[in-house]
Amino acid sequence: MEKPRLIREDGLRHDGRRPDELRPVRISIGVLNKASGSALVEYGGTKVLAAVHGPREISQRHILLPDRAIIRCRYHMLSFSTHERKSPAPSRREIELSKVVRESLEPVVISEVFPRTAIDVFVEVINADGGTRTAAVTAASLALADAGIPMRDLVVAIAVGKVSGTLVLDIDEAEDMYGEADMPVAVAPSIGLITLLQLNGVLSREEFSEALKLALKGASQIYEKSREALRDRYMKVKVEE
Amino acid sequence: MSHTPSPGIITPKLKANTIVNMIKKGIRSSGRGLTDYRPIDVVVGYVQNADGSALVRLGNTVVVAGVKLEVGSPYPDTPNEGALIVNAEFMPAASPTFEPGPPDENAIELARVIDRALRELKAIDMSKLAIVPGRRVWIIYVDIYVLDHDGNLVDASSIATLSALLNTTLPKVEVDESGNVRVEKNIRMSPLPINHKVVTVTVAKVENVLFIDPDLDEEGVIETKLVIAVSDDSRIAGIQKSGSGGLTEAEILAALDIALKTGVSLIKTIESRVLEPTLGLSTNTLGQ
Repeated sequence: MEKPRLIREDGLRHDGRRPDELRPVRISIGVLNKASGSALVEYGGTKVLAAVHGPREISQRHILLPDRAIIRCRYHMLSFSTHERKSPAPSRREIELSKVVRESLEPVVISEVFPRTAIDVFVEVINADGGTRTAAVTAASLALADAGIPMRDLVVAIAVGKVSGTLVLDIDEAEDMYGEADMPVAVAPSIGLITLLQLNGVLSREEFSEALKLALKGASQIYEKSREALRDRYMKVKVEE
Repeated sequence: MSHTPSPGIITPKLKANTIVNMIKKGIRSSGRGLTDYRPIDVVVGYVQNADGSALVRLGNTVVVAGVKLEVGSPYPDTPNEGALIVNAEFMPAASPTFEPGPPDENAIELARVIDRALRELKAIDMSKLAIVPGRRVWIIYVDIYVLDHDGNLVDASSIATLSALLNTTLPKVEVDESGNVRVEKNIRMSPLPINHKVVTVTVAKVENVLFIDPDLDEEGVIETKLVIAVSDDSRIAGIQKSGSGGLTEAEILAALDIALKTGVSLIKTIESRVLEPTLGLSTNTLGQ
């Protein structure tokens, strides 16, 4: 990929967005037939599918816990989801992201209701254009809700980046590749908890607090869209003639 | 696939409650305050066959980090720069809960957090590590081995990594007319070029109280932790929330302030320990 001019002379970004503007967000819930719950989330060109199976019994009984359900999570990229083909073998990045995505969901799932079971979350990155882990968290949380798992709140996630010295919301792949910092943030807005926070890059203390504010602002927009998508799926009763 | 871990070593309820209640009062079972680090010992040059090494004791946690330099091909996108590869292993010797085998998600996360901090800060001057530009460069392998686990493996590993890098020297190299590289490991030319120093500071959270450098018992009761990489010029060089739990915005900002203050003084401590090697430390007992 050629390096684009990340911040244009008119102050807009290489794709014409304002610094605090999200890419178009599309959310579909209940897209799979066999899973207990599922969601397809798109942030611009990033397309991520999440499926939840369970709570269920599993063959690996020794990892189960007597007082709660465990959450199992796999973040996985399809081999053709990236510019260069991704080897199907699990990468170190995927192993790390499976952990941080799971840990972003743990605080909101009311796991005590289902002791000695597993709630399985499978995240499939279908197309990667930056922000795949954040779209993964949003999709996973909606898939859990679609599966009817009791939760304290939804978790939604978005990344903030620093490109050409400017803090920008929802960075895409070009901005991630050529920018100075990438900071994914997941938040459960109604209970006020940040459940995923990573910073890949260097920021001053002041830049960090500004970046966190920007992320929370973006997350609240995604939270509204997520709630709307859930309402569309479950609140509209269709009366057959 | 990542799954909710079982509590590795079960802490009795009474002990867990005592630890939490004391922390809420601002004191800890070890007598430390909430923002006190455990004592640090650094032995540099612990491994003679490594190009740089350090044995670090953080309280009762012991980590050894070693640097090996190899001549290799550069990455296509950085043809005139050296390369860095960080790996960590949790040895079964270190804890009854560690199993032999390839690095698990915790070891991978630890190595990647330290790798990112070094990389993003440009801590090592990679532009000075080209031997034959575009063809042959130095590949820096940093390998971290946890030998004894009493909590806060990330900070102990980051201290060991920084100490080992500061202890690393480049050997003499000769390039002949056809571009072949010959390395003379017995002749040391210069220290590894370092632009910036960086350490991680782990801030743990239990019931809205923040404290640093949790030991193993404390790790058994915390809700979550923030690993914050701090540079010698007081910038944030990386963050990783690790563990099942969440933090409020105010807690994160408070944790950052604690980490920035602690990190800068921690780097000064490490620099002085690396310069005055093995002060009174006997190296045949893992530095004890």
